[in-house]
Amino acid sequence: MSGLTPLAHGALAGLGASLLVAIAALIGVWGERKIAGRVQMRFGPQQAGPLGLLQTLADTVKLVLKEDITPANADARFFRAMPYLVFVPCASALVVIPFGSGWAPFDIETGALFFLAVPGLSVLGIVAAGWSSKSSYASIGGVRAAAQMVSYEVPRTLSVLALCLLAGSLSTVTIREEWRLWWIPLLAIGFAVYVISSIAELNRGPFDLPEAESELVAGYFAEYSGIRWAIFMMAEYGGIVAASLFGAATFLGGGLGLPGIAGGVVFVGLTVVITMAMIWAKWTFPRMRPDQLMGFAWKVLTPMALLQLVIVGAVLPWL
Amino acid sequence: MSVEIESRTPAVAVDGRPVEELVVNVGPSHPSTHGVGRVIVHLDGDVVVKAVPVIGYLHRGIEKMAENRTYLQIVPLTDRLDYVGSMYANWAYCRAVERLANIPVPERAEYLRVIVCELQRIASHMMGIGASAADTGAFTFFVYAFDLRERIVELFEELCGARLTYNYVRPGGVAYDAPKGWTGDVLAFTKAARPALDEMDRLFFGNTIARGRLKGIGVLSAEEAASWGASGPVARASGMKWDLRKNDPYSVYPRMDFDVVVGDNGDAYDRGRVKLYECFESCRIIEQAIAQMHAGAFRTDGLPRLIAPEPGEAYDHIESARGSLGVYLVSDGSPRPYRMHVRSPAFCNLALLPLLCEGHTLSDLVVVLGSLDPVFGEVDR
Repeated sequence: MSGLTPLAHGALAGLGASLLVAIAALIGVWGERKIAGRVQMRFGPQQAGPLGLLQTLADTVKLVLKEDITPANADARFFRAMPYLVFVPCASALVVIPFGSGWAPFDIETGALFFLAVPGLSVLGIVAAGWSSKSSYASIGGVRAAAQMVSYEVPRTLSVLALCLLAGSLSTVTIREEWRLWWIPLLAIGFAVYVISSIAELNRGPFDLPEAESELVAGYFAEYSGIRWAIFMMAEYGGIVAASLFGAATFLGGGLGLPGIAGGVVFVGLTVVITMAMIWAKWTFPRMRPDQLMGFAWKVLTPMALLQLVIVGAVLPWL
Repeated sequence: MSVEIESRTPAVAVDGRPVEELVVNVGPSHPSTHGVGRVIVHLDGDVVVKAVPVIGYLHRGIEKMAENRTYLQIVPLTDRLDYVGSMYANWAYCRAVERLANIPVPERAEYLRVIVCELQRIASHMMGIGASAADTGAFTFFVYAFDLRERIVELFEELCGARLTYNYVRPGGVAYDAPKGWTGDVLAFTKAARPALDEMDRLFFGNTIARGRLKGIGVLSAEEAASWGASGPVARASGMKWDLRKNDPYSVYPRMDFDVVVGDNGDAYDRGRVKLYECFESCRIIEQAIAQMHAGAFRTDGLPRLIAPEPGEAYDHIESARGSLGVYLVSDGSPRPYRMHVRSPAFCNLALLPLLCEGHTLSDLVVVLGSLDPVFGEVDR
């Protein structure tokens, strides 16, 4: 991409990321419904297209055609803008994922930091979406999201920090190049913390408190409908895919290939496995209570991530 | 009667700063209100300081409608009381009519009533446990519970053609005899139900998150349960050993060997688990009833189509899935009752909601409501 101007490079990467999120949401929603169906002794979507593959497409058409409602009491400008403020940071996380050997759409030296920090901005959009809806359910959802997402960023960052420490770099591309097989047992705790806190960071079950259906109806996006609601959903699936891709590319060194299997296939396979684990967790476990959730972040996950840091720090001098 | 909804409560000063409560209107259309329940919740942060249940959204005036119908025509009305356990209302009403008009009931009919009502107890408890699990976000468990309920509903469909409003128990007996092979199907069900119930116990009540969500939430003491008129699993979970099948034995229950399941702590966890374990006892009762049942008449022949009891009154009650369900009838000698009143356990149990959820968080409110297992058809009548 050296021939491109920075602006064109950015535009291309942004377009690519948005497309990837849209495709991920299309397949992700279908996959989630299929997996949820199997978990619940039913079939999931079946009727629209082969295996119900066109179901999400049909739903998308429906959502686009639906009336875009802004509640009378809502702060209209904020209300309308917030889905994008949630979507853009989630999608932009994708531009630092090392998709190929030695290549990421944006190979920046602080790629890992970018991956952790920029999607974290979406919490602003979520809080503002809840607040500008002027509905008590949405407000509670927004406030819960703020507490939860800020808390879970700590163990998540610490777990990735252990990875960066081991690789000796914040660049996602370098992390992937430096990856060795023995990292997997060494970083097992960190990877577990990373996956769990990613689920919480994305507000998905069993940590879906900001949108807790049985308590807050739909939480911060309770008042959204049509395409704006769909953008929230796309941001969620974009976040899942970004978290899975990052986990597969860095923690699991996906893409290095196994004997007889191309690297790309392993990479995609590992991503799908992490995504499926997240979906499976959502449809298996009950939801936690807000105070239990915060306790889990600070009393369980953060110490575990710190322990991982200590382990990596103890191993480093021997390398 | 209108309900005053305070949109803003007076600001209270905390540490010199004014603090306002947030008033959240939960229901009547809300995913966790089990129908059309409505609770006005005053929140201080995340803590419920006041919860006011508002009822009446499903009021159809069934007690008043009964005054203009003949005794037989009222049976379908009682189906619509507790629509998760229609058999109970049928039976409680029929017992009151039989007491009022001195109608004998054949033994086979009593056994069939016991069998369908114990099946109904399992079905109703599955709905109750499943819905309260779904309130904590465990939607998959809800589907598992519904699968078991579905098998019972299919048995009922085979028996009387209806899946929800059965109109099966009639004054003087039951509407239909068990079809050929039905008792075998029921025994096959109880055999399959035990491992399924065991699995549910492990799946939900053994789950760490579920235990954290349910234990210690909405604790009700045995004294409070008694003084608030609580009954059924809600009272028994608090350690109050009150079960009309034992305390005021009716029908053929004295011939059955079963235990009354009692909880220790009276929290939401115990209320759920008492319901689950009652299903095992129901399986035992069903198996004994089928073993003891003999061929014979399933209803008293020669009953007039228009039952016109002597002037007087009668009350009878049975142990429904939700507690002590009573029906009070007054006759003025005409073919229509002068007055019917239903003592609804769901109504009495729902009254406990403010007592149980104040001081807990909003997330616990839905757990407490789910554990009280209200059915608003019976609350509002």
